[in-house]
Amino acid sequence: MAAEAGGASAAAPSLVDRYFTRWYKADVKGKPCEDHCILQHSNRICVITLAESHPLLQNGKTIKSINYQISANCSRLQNKVSGKFKRGAQFLTELAPLCRISCSDGEEYTVSSCVRGRLMEVNENILDKPSILQEKPSTEGYIAVVLPKFEESKSITEGLLTQKEYEEIVVKRVNNRPETS
Amino acid sequence: MFPLAEKDKSIARLLFSTGTCPRCIFRFCGVDFHAPYRLPYKDLLRELENFLKTEDDDLSLEAAKPPLKKIRLQDEETQIDDQSQNGGEMIAIVKDENVIPEKPYLNACNICLGILQEFCEKKFIKKVCQKVESSGYEFTNLVFSVSFPPQLSVREHAAWLLVKQEMGKQGLSLGRDDIVQLKEAYKWISHPLFSEELGVPVDGKSLFEVSVIFAHPETDEDCHFLSTSCPDCFKPAKNKQSVFTRMAVVKALDKIKDDDFRKKFPCPPNLPKAFCSAVEIQCAHGAVFVAGRYNKYSRNLPQTPWIIDGERKLESSVEELISSQLLTVFKAESFNFSSSGREDVDVRTLGNGRPFAVELVNPRRVQFTSQDIKELQQKINISSDKIQVRDLQLVTREAIGHMKEGEEEKTKTYSALVWTDKAIQKKDIEFLDDLKDLQINQKTPLRVLHRRPLAIRVRIIHTMETHYIDEHHFRLHLKTQAGTYIKEFVHGDFGRTKPNIGSLMNGTADILELDVESVDVDWPPALDN
Repeated sequence: MAAEAGGASAAAPSLVDRYFTRWYKADVKGKPCEDHCILQHSNRICVITLAESHPLLQNGKTIKSINYQISANCSRLQNKVSGKFKRGAQFLTELAPLCRISCSDGEEYTVSSCVRGRLMEVNENILDKPSILQEKPSTEGYIAVVLPKFEESKSITEGLLTQKEYEEIVVKRVNNRPETS
Repeated sequence: MFPLAEKDKSIARLLFSTGTCPRCIFRFCGVDFHAPYRLPYKDLLRELENFLKTEDDDLSLEAAKPPLKKIRLQDEETQIDDQSQNGGEMIAIVKDENVIPEKPYLNACNICLGILQEFCEKKFIKKVCQKVESSGYEFTNLVFSVSFPPQLSVREHAAWLLVKQEMGKQGLSLGRDDIVQLKEAYKWISHPLFSEELGVPVDGKSLFEVSVIFAHPETDEDCHFLSTSCPDCFKPAKNKQSVFTRMAVVKALDKIKDDDFRKKFPCPPNLPKAFCSAVEIQCAHGAVFVAGRYNKYSRNLPQTPWIIDGERKLESSVEELISSQLLTVFKAESFNFSSSGREDVDVRTLGNGRPFAVELVNPRRVQFTSQDIKELQQKINISSDKIQVRDLQLVTREAIGHMKEGEEEKTKTYSALVWTDKAIQKKDIEFLDDLKDLQINQKTPLRVLHRRPLAIRVRIIHTMETHYIDEHHFRLHLKTQAGTYIKEFVHGDFGRTKPNIGSLMNGTADILELDVESVDVDWPPALDN
């Protein structure tokens, strides 16, 4: 648990800070700035979330709908997992789509898994109230929970960026951006 | 008094001539009281020979095969006759015919292979008792278990067919139940000898078990024919063990038809080439159980040893701090620790503590007075300040059931230090005190999802009591149903526990500290500590 501390801001490590390591994937599927943040628990479970720099989390974006039906035959909502070994789960590769998010301005974004493993669940709370995704993207607004294979627990992060590397990329983008008045 | 009567003579004579020992003869003649079996072998042999001897019997007895002349040492004359009548058939005669040799059992019985000969007599029992005494166990009674080589059943079956046929000639029937079981007779003889030697009674309910396993080199040979007659009774052997297990052999004997059996196995059973041998003499004591309640004062102590990839991550554990002392004092082989639920590494257990039970496997010391146990409790409490135990006591196996019940059914109370992101006033948390029997839905917390099935647990928060500390902190006391994840109820676990303290307060909450205040189980009984 966190050590005792006063104050509103993160004076004490948050839930995410205490148990998870943040990993990032930038420009997923080649789409600029569609950055994902993968929270990896010390027990190897990964929570797929949007990184702060993702377009959906920028000012002015309103989410119209979230759709877990990623193809004619596959809905992430139909994922059923049973038993301790999570049999029956949909298996995900790095590029597997988790959901498609439509905005009021007509833009559509696909959220991808970024890690290989069994799909445990997708967040149904954001279906009812999409704004949660934008208000609390790192906790209540998560997209999905994935369980990597035991043997792959360490290797799955090999293709991902550390927090430091991600921050450097974000800084570079800002510097490269043409000046706007 | 010799237990055989005139009516038994033909059976006794028949069996004796095939090489059967006196006690087995008694069994097949239905002698079902203990006293005769307990007489020394030498005496039984002598009395049997006297019983069987008649004037013209000498000759017919000699004519019968196979030769068992060594034991018939009393009749000098008849032996001289033997030689002339049976030519070279005889086994070498012992020259000093008048003396009964020290080892009367020169041939193994063709039915019991020596079990009811030397292996139930004082000398052997003494040898077993020596092993028992040197093993260092404490016991006030014992149960004796013995295991015989499977082919004894085959030989018994053969003898039964033979005797059944003979009795049939006399117009009598012989059921399996009319014969005294080998194991029964063996126990009639051995139990009193054990009691005498070790000074304790034999009791079927005893936790202290002395076991002897007998084996015989010809087991597979003798049983082999069964695998061709009843192949489905015999499963392929695991490791190097024989496929002819006692159960399989008994099953096959039940199935095989009498004439089929007689074709494949000699009736009467032939003379064995060797005696049985006792291949294993072991003792073991049944598990004893010690229960109590423990308090945990450390925020850095796991319940069980925390070892990853052979490396210990945190020093010691609740179970080791309690059980290792018990293991030593009870001189047990190993232990199994169980408790009514458990707490995380960083959670303290206050109040009356949490019930636990330790199973001590194969203990050598079992006699403890309540004073002894009290001292043991003190010893544990002095050894560590991270845990303390109370109400330490010996209990029975039903302790484990109490543990489970406590874990799954009984309420617990907790005290949590809660942090809020929004600034709060006293009035902002008062509403929590009024929520009674609040139902929450908890998805399997992410922190245990790797080893538990994904499910939704419905749980009840019975009562809550808040104590305001400052704008971002308050203490929350709560009484909950068994199996509630408290941390997740406070921080919400990514919204997967609903409602949670954060959602109830329309903000974000986190848990800084957790203590277990009580585990509401009234077992084990409280002692005057």
